[in-house]
Amino acid sequence: MTPRTLFDKVWDAHVVHRFPEGPALLYVDLHLVHEVTSPQAFEGLRRAGRRVRRPERTVATVDHNVPTGDRSLPLDDPIAATQLDALARNAGAFGVELFDLASPQQGIVHVIGPELGLTQPGMVVVCGDSHTSTHGAFGAFALGIGTSEVEHVLATQCLVLSKPRTMEARFTGTCAPGVTAKDLILALIGRIGTAGATGHVLEYTGEAIRALSMEERMTVCNMSIEAGARAGMIAPDKTTFAYLAGRPRAPQGAAWDRAVAAWRRLPGDAGAQYDRRVELDAGTVAPQVTWGTSPGMVTDITGRVPDPADFADEGERQAVERALTYMALAPGTPLAGLPIERVFVGSCTNARIEDLRAAAQVARGRKVASGVRAMVVPGSQQVKAQGEREGLDRIFREAGFEWRNAGCSLCLGMNADVLRRGERCASTSNRNFEGRQGAGGRTHLMSPAMAAAAAVAGRLVDVREWA
Amino acid sequence: MTLTPFVRYSGRCAALPRANVDTDQIIPKQFLKRVERTGFGPALFYDWRFRPDGSENPEFELNGPEAAGATILIAGANFGCGSSREHAVWALAEYGFRAVLAPSFADIFSANCCQNGLAPVRLPGGEIDELVRRCRAGHGAYRLTIDLEAQRVTDEAAFSAAFAMEPYRREMLLRGLDEIGRTLLEEPRIAEFESGRDAGYGRRET
Ligand code: SF4
Repeated sequence: MTPRTLFDKVWDAHVVHRFPEGPALLYVDLHLVHEVTSPQAFEGLRRAGRRVRRPERTVATVDHNVPTGDRSLPLDDPIAATQLDALARNAGAFGVELFDLASPQQGIVHVIGPELGLTQPGMVVVCGDSHTSTHGAFGAFALGIGTSEVEHVLATQCLVLSKPRTMEARFTGTCAPGVTAKDLILALIGRIGTAGATGHVLEYTGEAIRALSMEERMTVCNMSIEAGARAGMIAPDKTTFAYLAGRPRAPQGAAWDRAVAAWRRLPGDAGAQYDRRVELDAGTVAPQVTWGTSPGMVTDITGRVPDPADFADEGERQAVERALTYMALAPGTPLAGLPIERVFVGSCTNARIEDLRAAAQVARGRKVASGVRAMVVPGSQQVKAQGEREGLDRIFREAGFEWRNAGCSLCLGMNADVLRRGERCASTSNRNFEGRQGAGGRTHLMSPAMAAAAAVAGRLVDVREWA
Repeated sequence: MTLTPFVRYSGRCAALPRANVDTDQIIPKQFLKRVERTGFGPALFYDWRFRPDGSENPEFELNGPEAAGATILIAGANFGCGSSREHAVWALAEYGFRAVLAPSFADIFSANCCQNGLAPVRLPGGEIDELVRRCRAGHGAYRLTIDLEAQRVTDEAAFSAAFAMEPYRREMLLRGLDEIGRTLLEEPRIAEFESGRDAGYGRRET
């Protein structure tokens, strides 16, 4: 038998049928649902008189437009309330489990799936959200889908998909102090571009990846979509198993032993071929900061804003010019020292407990610069509770950060947490698109420690100088 | 859901030759709170079409009189990248577009298009550049014909380019298919596949 990659194995194990025109009918083990991309799908089921085929493989939560302030108050956004009500109604009517605003397990869909042990190695996981790639950190094939496909999966528990190609991203070496998983993935996107992995499933390999914790691996896989990839994956190993052991929805007892034995067979065979490969030395990666309006517009914190004139390609030059106008940055400006008004520590990329600890370590005993508004938005209510047990909330509050309830919040600004026009924000999220955090807002993506340091300094700084 | 089949279509073009147009631009998040599939057209490219005071931005490519009523969009590389929101496709379709031509599309966006009868047509960058030139020179009168059966784009001035599309997606567009109905024909296979799997997964905590 030809040696197979991790992805090949997961794919092969889920093919229900091959259509004569090429694509496969792929079985879905776990379908995560949230309030923004699901109402039209449930409505479609209702109109067609269909049911949810496997409610026990479907789990819903609210995250995108939930308020992160005081939850005892009624929602002041009636349209958001309609959407939350719609999900509650749909979950009830179709028998789907829902972690709602009152649930201690509510949180960003890509934080709670792993946290509850729902996400497991070798699974096919889908969600109407592009950052579903996060779950690939467990060696699952996890991909974002559109609302019509959400409806399709609800009705059939399957997805129609042509097999993507594979691409290995190997990270050799060791990260220097102050360099995080966020910097690795931003550096990769900077190298291959935001369409660099379109049509491919990225598999992250190499000793720098092996050395990462599960939460760090999730940060890496989370941003696979920002490189255009269909999904990102990391082969499961003892780090994966240790993370999952004892989680409420992970297998227990004899079932656990059987599961681990199966998971151990998932990593790619020796000699398995990828369609493409790219290699990066983690030892040469510095803390990364974006300067433009796409995650590929990124450089070292010690770097400068590029000059459009340096880009040979006409389209690229125009894109850089547009980005610099939007970001109000002059070519040649050093990134370190750039004044900011807002700081956001949060999102499915960087709002897990280790991220909050890293930010708190920088914030401890320091003060947010005057004129800066800094927010910490835990990825889930469980992360929040854990942070409070560890006293992180006190550290942040004493430093002048807001400590909020779980949700997507300022990552996409669907709730009241938005940037005002012209505000510049140091953000741990994943997208610096125009207007992403609020119309006219200017986003610089970076790691949690870098964002916390920016909050204290009131400008972008190299966190390595703070150790 | 029944869709209008896309077989051979002729329409007037508008050009938006920017690379990496993301779905946050196509439909900004403040419009994602609707629970219907409709009502997104007026919000298409909202932050580009309108200035902060709500007035139309005359500089935006789709705002000129030449772009009014266009049904084919000529776009830049990696069109539809970013968020998976299908609302972006609903907005484009409701605004009146039947096809988008670009050198490349983001994967999720392109799948979403085919679910909604909007044809994502990929042509080499050089051909797209040529179409942009012709579209601009036509001052709003430039028309293209997209023949999905022959997989060819033509104009009335000897432009002709072949394109490829995944056969399954093409079939969906050609026949305006309901993908769910089609998959449910395979119900016995799904049931058989399921019967072989661990039934314990996902069982609730008690
Ligand atoms: S945190 Fe941001 S990127 Fe993640 S699911 Fe929420 S909105 Fe999407």
